[in-house]
Amino acid sequence: MIDRKFSTVASVDPPLQGPRTSLIFPMLSSSFGLINKLLEWFGDLGIFLWRVVHAAVTPPFEFRELFRQLDEIGSMSLPLVALAGGATGVVLSMEARYSLTRFGAKSLLPAAIVFSVIHETGPIITGLVVSGRVGAGIGAELASMKVTEQIDAIEASAVSPYRLLAAPRILACILALPLLTLAGDACGVLMGWVAQALVEPLSLHQFINAGFNGASFNDFLPPTFKTAVFGLIIGLVACFQGMRTQGGAAGVGRAATSSVVLSSLFVILADVVLVKLILIFFP
Amino acid sequence: METINQASIQPTLTPQEAAKDAGVAAIAVEDLHKAFGSQKVLNGISLTMNRGETLAVLGRSGTGKSVLLRLIIGLEKPDSGLILIQGQDIAGLSLDQLGEIRMKMGFLFQHAALYDSLTVEQNVAFPLVHHKKEMPKSERSDRVKQLLAEVGMEGHLEKMPSDISGGMQKRVGLARALALEPDILLLDEPTAGLDPISSGEIDDLVLKLQAEHHMASIVVTHDLHSAKTIADRLALLDKGNVVIDGSFEELQQSDIAFVQEFLRHS
Repeated sequence: MIDRKFSTVASVDPPLQGPRTSLIFPMLSSSFGLINKLLEWFGDLGIFLWRVVHAAVTPPFEFRELFRQLDEIGSMSLPLVALAGGATGVVLSMEARYSLTRFGAKSLLPAAIVFSVIHETGPIITGLVVSGRVGAGIGAELASMKVTEQIDAIEASAVSPYRLLAAPRILACILALPLLTLAGDACGVLMGWVAQALVEPLSLHQFINAGFNGASFNDFLPPTFKTAVFGLIIGLVACFQGMRTQGGAAGVGRAATSSVVLSSLFVILADVVLVKLILIFFP
Repeated sequence: METINQASIQPTLTPQEAAKDAGVAAIAVEDLHKAFGSQKVLNGISLTMNRGETLAVLGRSGTGKSVLLRLIIGLEKPDSGLILIQGQDIAGLSLDQLGEIRMKMGFLFQHAALYDSLTVEQNVAFPLVHHKKEMPKSERSDRVKQLLAEVGMEGHLEKMPSDISGGMQKRVGLARALALEPDILLLDEPTAGLDPISSGEIDDLVLKLQAEHHMASIVVTHDLHSAKTIADRLALLDKGNVVIDGSFEELQQSDIAFVQEFLRHS
C-alpha cells in the first residue's frame, strides 16, 4: 500500500511540476512587464501634463486657437449631447413611472426625473458622449499630425506644440463640459416632462415646480462642475495619446481608439471618486 | 577612418557676419551616440561646420542621417556626446531656451511636413506669426510673397498643401524654413521622391539660396549627384560612424572599401 502510494506520488509529481514552473514564470514576467508599462504610461502622462500646464500659464496665450476649439468641441457637440440628454430623460421617465407607480409614489415622478438627471445621468452621459466624439477627434487629428511630422515641424519652428495644440484643446474641454452638461440636463428634464405629459397631462410649470421642490444649489452646481474634471481627463488623454503616436495610418487608428477607450474609462472611474467627494463636501 | 575637416570662411561675408563667426563653428557635433532600444543608430559621430559651408551627409538607409539632423535641432536627445550650435551646448536647455536656438535654424522635412489645415501662404507665414508679432500684417504678407517668389511659388498662395505636387510642397517647405532668416539650414532629403528635373530645380534653388543667405547647411541625401552639386563637403556614414568627411574628389580618391562600393552603386 505504502509502496503503491509512494510510487504514485513519484510517478505523478515530476510531470506536473514542469508545466507549472514553466507557466508561472512567464505569467509573472508578463505581469511585471504590464505593471512597468502602466507606470511608465502614467509617468509620461504626468510629464505631459506638467508641460501643458507650464505652456498654458505662460505667455504668449493662444486665445484664437482656444476660441476655435471651444467652437469645435462645444458647439459641435451640442446636438449630440442634447439628443443623448433628451433620450435619457424619456427613458428615466418611463422607468421611474413604472417603479414609482408600483410603490404608490407616482407624485414623486417629476422630482425623481429632475434629481436623477441633474445629479448623475446628465453629467455622466455628457462626459461619455463628449469623450466619444471629441476624444476620437482630438486623438486622430493630433496622431495624424504626428505621423506626418507636422508636430515636429511646429517644434522645429520654435513653437511649443504643448502651447499651440494641447493647452487650447484641454482648456476648451474643461470649459465646454459644464456648459454642455447644462444643455444635456435641460434636454433631459424637458423630454422627461414630454414623456410624462404624453401619458398623463401635466403642464411644464407644474412639472418644474414639483421637480425642483426642495432642490438647492448644492444639488445642482457640484454635479455640473464636476464635469470640468471630465473635460480635463478627455482633453488630456486624447492629446497625450495623439501626440505620442507612432506608426503611420495604423498608429492613427490606435490613437483614436485608445483615446476614446481610456478617456471613457477614466471618466467613469473619476465619477466614482467625485460622487463620493460631493457627498462628503456638499451633503 | 579618414577625416578631413575643412573650415572655410567665405570671402563674401559682411564685417558683421565675420564678427559673428569669429572662431565659433556654426555647428559642432562631438562623439555623438544615439540608440533606439537595442538598435544603435549613431556611434560616436563628430562633425564641425562653419557659416557659409554646405555639408552633404550620405549613407545607406538606416545609418542615422535623419536622426543626426533631428538631434541637431533638438527633436531627439542624444544618449551621449555634445551638440554645439554657434558655440552653445543644447543639452539640458529648457524648452524655451531650445526655442531660442531653433529660431536660428530652418528645417526642411523629408516630406515637407506642411500644415495640412493651412494654405501655402499661411504655412510660410507660420513662423512669422508666432515670432514676429510686432511685424505689421502688410509687411508680413509682403515677406511671405517674397519668400514664395524666391522658391518660384508666388502664384500658389491660396492653395492647400494637398492641392500641390511633392516638389512644390518641398519648395514651400523651403520657403517656410527660410522665413526667420536662419543662420543654419537643415535639409532632410530635399530631392527624395522627385523626378530628375524637379530634383535639379531644387538643387539649383538650394545653391541660389546659399549664395544669397550665406547659411551653414547640412543636406541629408541619397543622391550623390545632388550632393556633389550643392555641397562643399561630403560626409559618408556607415553603421553610425563617419567613414569619410571631405570633398567629392577626396571621396573618389579614397581607398576605403565602403566608399568605393558606395560610389560604384551611386
